[in-house]
Amino acid sequence: MSSSTATKPRAEQVRGPEPSAALRRMGDWARRAPLLPALIFVIVMTQLPFVATLVISFMNWNAYYPEERGFAGFDNFARVFTDTNTRQAVFVTILLTVSVVLVSLVLGLGIALLLDRKFRGQGIVRTMMITPFLIVPVAAALLWKHALYNPEYGLFNGLLKAVFGENAPQPDWITNNPLIAVIAALVWQWTPFMMLILLAGLQSRPLDVVEAARIDGASSLQIFRSMTLPHLRQYIELSGLLGAIYVVQNFDHVFTITSGGLGTANLPYFIYQTFYTAQDYGRASAAGVVVVIGTILIATAALRTAFSLFKEDA
Amino acid sequence: MSTTDTTGTGTTGAGTTSADTTSGTPRHTEVRHAKPPRSGVLLSAAAWVIGFLFALPVLWMVLTSFHNENDAAKNPPDVFAPLSLDGYRSFFDAGPWPPLLNSLTASVLSTALVLLLAFPAAYALSIRPVKKWTDVLFFFLSTKMLPIVAGILPLYLFAQTVGLLDNIWWLILLYTSMNLPIAIWMLRSFLAEVPVEMLEAASVDGASLTRTLKDIVAPVVMPGIASAALICFIFSWNELLLARVLTSTVAGTAPVFLTGFVTSQGLFLAKVCAASFVVSLPVLAAGFAAQDKLVQGLSMGAVK
Repeated sequence: MSSSTATKPRAEQVRGPEPSAALRRMGDWARRAPLLPALIFVIVMTQLPFVATLVISFMNWNAYYPEERGFAGFDNFARVFTDTNTRQAVFVTILLTVSVVLVSLVLGLGIALLLDRKFRGQGIVRTMMITPFLIVPVAAALLWKHALYNPEYGLFNGLLKAVFGENAPQPDWITNNPLIAVIAALVWQWTPFMMLILLAGLQSRPLDVVEAARIDGASSLQIFRSMTLPHLRQYIELSGLLGAIYVVQNFDHVFTITSGGLGTANLPYFIYQTFYTAQDYGRASAAGVVVVIGTILIATAALRTAFSLFKEDA
Repeated sequence: MSTTDTTGTGTTGAGTTSADTTSGTPRHTEVRHAKPPRSGVLLSAAAWVIGFLFALPVLWMVLTSFHNENDAAKNPPDVFAPLSLDGYRSFFDAGPWPPLLNSLTASVLSTALVLLLAFPAAYALSIRPVKKWTDVLFFFLSTKMLPIVAGILPLYLFAQTVGLLDNIWWLILLYTSMNLPIAIWMLRSFLAEVPVEMLEAASVDGASLTRTLKDIVAPVVMPGIASAALICFIFSWNELLLARVLTSTVAGTAPVFLTGFVTSQGLFLAKVCAASFVVSLPVLAAGFAAQDKLVQGLSMGAVK
């Protein structure tokens, strides 16, 4: 029994291949009907707009020059791939996503391990840890920009002055390291998210097995590497995937902290700007299509090859 | 200090206990006591310090929001400056109620709509697996990977054509489609825990679908529904990009109000902190009140 809890066979795996006779009698339609409203809704609201984006991406369409609207072929895509701003946006998006997800995963794992112990005030510490995740992202970005990073009266420079006196260095954090400023604020906000998922993973660990290993003389490090980490793998993958989905689309922090300036414009901000400010619908759509293709390629590869979540695909 | 662990077990807060009940397996706390006490104290201290550092920006925001503008802008900071409600006064003078109400309407209604659509879908995907259910599930999840920006222009043009720009209902529908995949994903794994024998028994007894759902399935998945609702509420309340592009004066939400608030009036730190705190308050309150649900929801039982 203990091995079955450790490997956790998924319920649908057990049920999937052999539905009971009673359930089979329900028929295909009765089984599919409950799925349809959600399926249709999602297709209408997410796939149709994307198809429209695809169509517009092949059009010459700038709202400022309505009379020039027409078919453009691959012009928009050619411009997307040759434009240095777009390439910069692609680079920034990858850098932001990878660094934020990796750093907050590692931090989140460390903190989850610290919190997965009984100690005085554990509940309070967990509550404090969750707080960043519960701050509205725009508010968090405003908080970092004005209350922490501001060179005149931000907390960081205030602390420097409080500790080192009047002659303390007073760096302009955002101007000096704009990308790191955005990354730090995002890591602060996403570490609790990773920590929460990993903590749930740690707490579902069968402790009798760990105890047995400890009695057999395994060191903490051995237990961590050969028992805890394999058990956490699914949780690490899940939090990495979900984190990546949200961080790739980050708009709030880039919009608020730097307004896309100083080389921090990521693709969502770049598309927003191309469409909303420059009103270049064709080019914005082409950039959008490129983002989607990139995301789908990476996500499919990740889900199909690396992810144990979908491995038992029949 | 060697007794820390023993006393700690007795006096830990409600959060700890609830965390333990959320995990499926019973915890064997004796194992924790086996740790050498000194490293235990150091690790606990480290946890406290890190927890405090993560909470510090928020604590600082709250403290600053209760100072007057002059004290808020002091460098080095004056922690003990007299408290003041100036920041809150000028925030509420700026007319935040319509956007706050818009946010509330959009978040609550779209969350309700999500649950209404997600529950039957998750049911079809878990309890009576349709063929190729992983493909369907993957499709739902893949719509989450479709960045919102990739569809935002047609969504804008459509709304403009049919007169849905600056209309809260358009936002509600979009938030529903934004959160639906995650909700289906979460609910599916909770539903997979319903004992299949109970469903078969109900089916044999001739119970209707609605009856089965209401009397057998719903009680088992209530925690799942609660955590899915909480997460949908948080993501809807937080959303900025769609709201900024698709709404303006009438249907503008709290995050949109926040961005406009800063740029139009120059910088007043206490006011910005007060505004940020008030806008975050509903999420903070809901999140703190339902911490265990949040943990459960985020792990999504996806790995169960």
